[in-house]
Amino acid sequence: MIYMAMATGFLLILIGFYGALTNRNLLRMIVAFTLANTGVNIVIVAIGYMHGRTAPILDAAVTASAAAARIIDPVPQALVLTAIVIGLGVTALMLAYAYKLYERKGTLDIAQYTDLKW
Amino acid sequence: MIKRFITLLLLAGIGAIFASLLFTYVPDSELNRTADYYAGHTASDIGAANIVTAIIVTYRGLDTLGEVTVLFLASSIVGLVLSLGQKQHKTQRNRVAVGELLTTGSRFLAPLIMLLGVYVFVNGHLTPGGGFQGGAIIASGMLLLLLADPLRHFSHTLIATLESFSGLSYVALGVLGLFMAGGFLDNRILPTGTLGELISAGAIPLIYSLIGLKVGAEFSSMLASLSETEDLK
Repeated sequence: MIYMAMATGFLLILIGFYGALTNRNLLRMIVAFTLANTGVNIVIVAIGYMHGRTAPILDAAVTASAAAARIIDPVPQALVLTAIVIGLGVTALMLAYAYKLYERKGTLDIAQYTDLKW
Repeated sequence: MIKRFITLLLLAGIGAIFASLLFTYVPDSELNRTADYYAGHTASDIGAANIVTAIIVTYRGLDTLGEVTVLFLASSIVGLVLSLGQKQHKTQRNRVAVGELLTTGSRFLAPLIMLLGVYVFVNGHLTPGGGFQGGAIIASGMLLLLLADPLRHFSHTLIATLESFSGLSYVALGVLGLFMAGGFLDNRILPTGTLGELISAGAIPLIYSLIGLKVGAEFSSMLASLSETEDLK
């Protein structure tokens, strides 16, 4: 189960890289980056998973004294929570740049942007 | 052709690294030292039922402050980049017909979505959820309003005021922790109360609500900036 989640995450990262490297359309590249981002998040969460344990929330079923033996690792979850929000901010930023680039050149094809090419 | 070959070669290399990571991975059978500390000390020190929240708001509170700052920067840069060089005289944009279903549905759903967002961040220390998730839910309600009426104008002044207010209060609560408790962003400036009750875990509900408001305002300002761009041909 845990290997399945991890393999899915790695596969998503690869799909994202493939999309970002082969597509020439800026918007498609942005979508590819968000795919890779999601893959990284899935892999990190999968690392924190431990078989037969439950979510890191204390209640009647998981008392404070027994918590260390009953819960999965909370640290990767906290990390991913942060990463998701930052990922959203970065995506919005990329979209804003793509809009500005289109406004200037009238095309979304990355091959047309040769200003920094040498 | 050669480009595609290099791309595939690169992907095969990365895939091989991933495969070796995957096949040699052995899951832990018990928590590592950091996680074990958090699991054992959250209830007695922080008083929050949700250990992830305790890590984000208190143990690693400074990182969260940094994260909120990154988000603030992203939203202000989106606003700045999109407003640069924009023509002063607004061209009259055509009103797009969005359909009866979306208009009526958004009237019913938008307040409920906002309410859910507030519920999620107020209960951040008890249930899976918190300021970031709640803020994102609130922003999704705003997105629904924008979809139903693309010409709707959100007040940037209101959003900016809300955001600065919550950001300043967040930092002020953190500084208060320096004087009244153990350190910056310590949640014990208020009594920790009983584990599992709404008013417990010291300042965590307060801080997480402020984070929720701030994140919601930041995402909304991004959405508003993106929606106010003109259609390009």
